[in-house]
Amino acid sequence: MPTDALFRRLQQTGQQVRIEFEGRSLNVPADVSLAAALLLHGVGHTRESAVNGRPGAPYCMMGVCFECLMEVDGQANAQACLIEVADGMSVRRQRGARDLLIDPQLDEEVVDE
Amino acid sequence: MGKTDVIVVGGGLVGMSIAYGLALAGRRVTVLDEGDDALRAARGNFGLLWVQGKGYRNSPYASWTRQSVALWPRLNELLHADTGIDLHLRQPGGFQLCMDDAELAEETRRLNWLRDAFDGDYPFELLDPAQLKKRLPGVGPGVVGACYSPMDGHVNPLKLLRALYVACRARGVVIVNGLSVNAIDQCVNGFEVLTAEHRFNAEYLVLASGLGNRPLGAMLGMDVPVRPNRGQILVTERLQPFLHYPTTYVRQTDEGTLQLGDSLEATGFDDRTSSPVMAEIAARAVKCFPRLENVRMVRAWGALRVLSADGYPIYEAAHDSPGAFVVTCHSGVTLAAAHVLRLAPWIAGELDEPAIAPFNLARFKDLREVRYAH
Repeated sequence: MPTDALFRRLQQTGQQVRIEFEGRSLNVPADVSLAAALLLHGVGHTRESAVNGRPGAPYCMMGVCFECLMEVDGQANAQACLIEVADGMSVRRQRGARDLLIDPQLDEEVVDE
Repeated sequence: MGKTDVIVVGGGLVGMSIAYGLALAGRRVTVLDEGDDALRAARGNFGLLWVQGKGYRNSPYASWTRQSVALWPRLNELLHADTGIDLHLRQPGGFQLCMDDAELAEETRRLNWLRDAFDGDYPFELLDPAQLKKRLPGVGPGVVGACYSPMDGHVNPLKLLRALYVACRARGVVIVNGLSVNAIDQCVNGFEVLTAEHRFNAEYLVLASGLGNRPLGAMLGMDVPVRPNRGQILVTERLQPFLHYPTTYVRQTDEGTLQLGDSLEATGFDDRTSSPVMAEIAARAVKCFPRLENVRMVRAWGALRVLSADGYPIYEAAHDSPGAFVVTCHSGVTLAAAHVLRLAPWIAGELDEPAIAPFNLARFKDLREVRYAH
């Protein structure tokens, strides 16, 4: 059942900045957390669990539940509720776990899987 | 409460393993456990099934450890059949990473002693940095070498504890939480265990309370020499699988996080974390795998190991209190299979297991004499 978003700002004040979410350009208030900015836009889920793929969205808004993990300007597993938006910020959903990009072997064959 | 054959005091990995093994043997079991303010070594575990290097100059302990690891697939099947829980048991072998030549030489000496003790049947390999790099991509230049043994493995220790609870309940074990034992009385038909508001009776009694076994043992006139040793563990953000083997310092869990650990501290009953030790653990992990340098930490905890006076398990059938047993060890995960499938049947009187005898309390009398003699 579709419902109106209950998450909205009490006061509309101040500047807006522009961020990019999954390639989409969004105008957001300049002085809010990234998590709040995305909730204002009703973007739905912001991550897909590394354990079971379940979609997740910002929940506790205070840095403890790790539901709001996103890739922020290339940095994986960033907590969107603890980061203030900035003009030009580029964010993507955190899909699965971070990849450390360890090269299995630079110049020699790999013995073990 | 219905009639019970055995009271197990302690609901950690050791107590629950024994309760499960006794239930498998058809015994009616009641487990008495403290509340969540208890020390809870079982909830701070690193999750290794570790063999290599254990039992140096004590081959009965090395044999017991190997027996347990060999029995682990059977325990895994039993728990999975009873609960459907995947413990993520993996036994691909493990690496002891050495950070300097002295450490490598000492590990080598111990492993050679053990191989001789087993007449050559003790598989391990010593790896130089080039060989190691092939086996463990991402390992750092600060690692001077490593010992690999195919006998080692790992498991998710929290899922193990949960599976033991679920399996025990499914087999009729009564688990009572939030109790402290105030007194134990011997009576004609066994034992009466008194808590603030309840009394429990059974013919057999197993004390499996970790560090609590010292005061509980004293209630039956036994000196159980156990002491706390603190370990701290750091947990990282979830990462794509890159470390496919357990190591003693760094382990990647089935759900992607890394556990970093292996600190040793005598801090009494203080089970908190401390910044200097966490910094050392983190620095060593980065030395092992330099790519971890900018990985995020999400959690840390301290927990108290249960170490006996000589570091080995205690399996005691009390002489002066027939029907009472004391069980204590440090390696509640590694030894879980032996506890379920060997120790519990021995406690139930259904298995004559000579491998258990070397771990009785009497050995500590000799230990003291030796100490005074030197």
